[in-house]
Amino acid sequence: MKEIKVLGTGCANCRNTIALVEAVAKEKGVPFSLEKVEDMSAIIGYGVMSTPGVVIDGAVVHAGGVPSRSKVESWF
Amino acid sequence: MSAVSIETSSRSKLVHWLAGISVATVAWVVAYSQLTAFADWLVDVLGLSRQTRFGEALHFFFYDSPKVVLLLTGIVFVMGIVQTFFSPERTRALLSGKRQGVGNVLAASLGIVTPFCSCSAVPLFIGFLSAGVPLGVTFSFLISAPMVNEVALVLLFGMFGWKVAALYLGLGLLVAIIAGLVIGQLKMERHLEDWVQKILGGQAAHPAGETLSWVERFEAGGAHVKEIVGKVWPYILAGIALGAGIHGYVPEDFMASFMGRDVWWAVPAAVALGVPMYTNAAGIIPIVEALIGKGAALGTVLAFMMSVIALSAPEMIILRKALKPTLIATFAGVVATGILVVGYVFNMVL
Repeated sequence: MKEIKVLGTGCANCRNTIALVEAVAKEKGVPFSLEKVEDMSAIIGYGVMSTPGVVIDGAVVHAGGVPSRSKVESWF
Repeated sequence: MSAVSIETSSRSKLVHWLAGISVATVAWVVAYSQLTAFADWLVDVLGLSRQTRFGEALHFFFYDSPKVVLLLTGIVFVMGIVQTFFSPERTRALLSGKRQGVGNVLAASLGIVTPFCSCSAVPLFIGFLSAGVPLGVTFSFLISAPMVNEVALVLLFGMFGWKVAALYLGLGLLVAIIAGLVIGQLKMERHLEDWVQKILGGQAAHPAGETLSWVERFEAGGAHVKEIVGKVWPYILAGIALGAGIHGYVPEDFMASFMGRDVWWAVPAAVALGVPMYTNAAGIIPIVEALIGKGAALGTVLAFMMSVIALSAPEMIILRKALKPTLIATFAGVVATGILVVGYVFNMVL
């Protein structure tokens, strides 16, 4: 089970990122949980400076902008 | 898939990109050289004459819209690629531990090329501070990043030529550097919100050590075009339409009476007017061009433009999460003063 967190304060890019990650994860049939982290101090706690960021199983795998589809696919 | 076939497919992708970019460049140059002819032709086809007000306004619109869109698409693509070399993490690493002065200059310059979105202004701000970038240096970056951006520069270049673009670049950097120096000298660290001060206690930076291939960089350029041009084109068209209206219908020298260089209160009025307005450079510049055509002074109009872009109410609301009101007010005051000086200097020199 992958524990996915998308960090971001609700801008359009964050929503796009969530949709993309969700779609790819479903496509790959990997069981996952998805959480949206909007709290500023929590986001900064991950050391992310540019949102949206993506955290998988506690590790920051992406920060700044919507990740490319191929990058998202490589996470699963 | 074997390693060999992955390599072949990424090579063929690269060839595709390079071929596409070459074709697009040629098409771009041809289109750019035909702008006046295109506008003339379109006005002609519609059975209008440039002698009429409506015809002249329409000509302005048909000439400016494709010109701005072409310039913007080209530069945004190039900047999208350039920005893949400058992540906020790298910029922070370059700035951390730099002292006042050198640090401010570097921060303002890096603000031009580092990808920045006002929605992540707060995490960026705190990320910088926690890595040991001084407060004043961080502010230099934060002021320069939105104000001196490629969209503003390319539009100024397209509308007024390289001299005005260069002046805007130089003076924009100067405002960012000096405002950052002043804020640094005021030692306002205690005016950060308490939760921010706590975070600054202990914090490990996260290195984003990714190396990108050229295909990925080109893709980033393409994505940047889609994102920026896709977002700003309605503002541009609205701005050009308004500019066209001013161009066609407002009498010559009309603006000179209250936006001319002899009107001493015009610069502060322009700055005050710009703060509550929030648009990007793309929407404001066509209006600026039309105003100048009608006798408004360049300094006054540029001050207005800087104020609209650099001092926006929404950005201050975002920053309020991390800064106490005193610091926000100082930030706004220092930047506004800088813009005022720029406006007056421009009006005096030109």
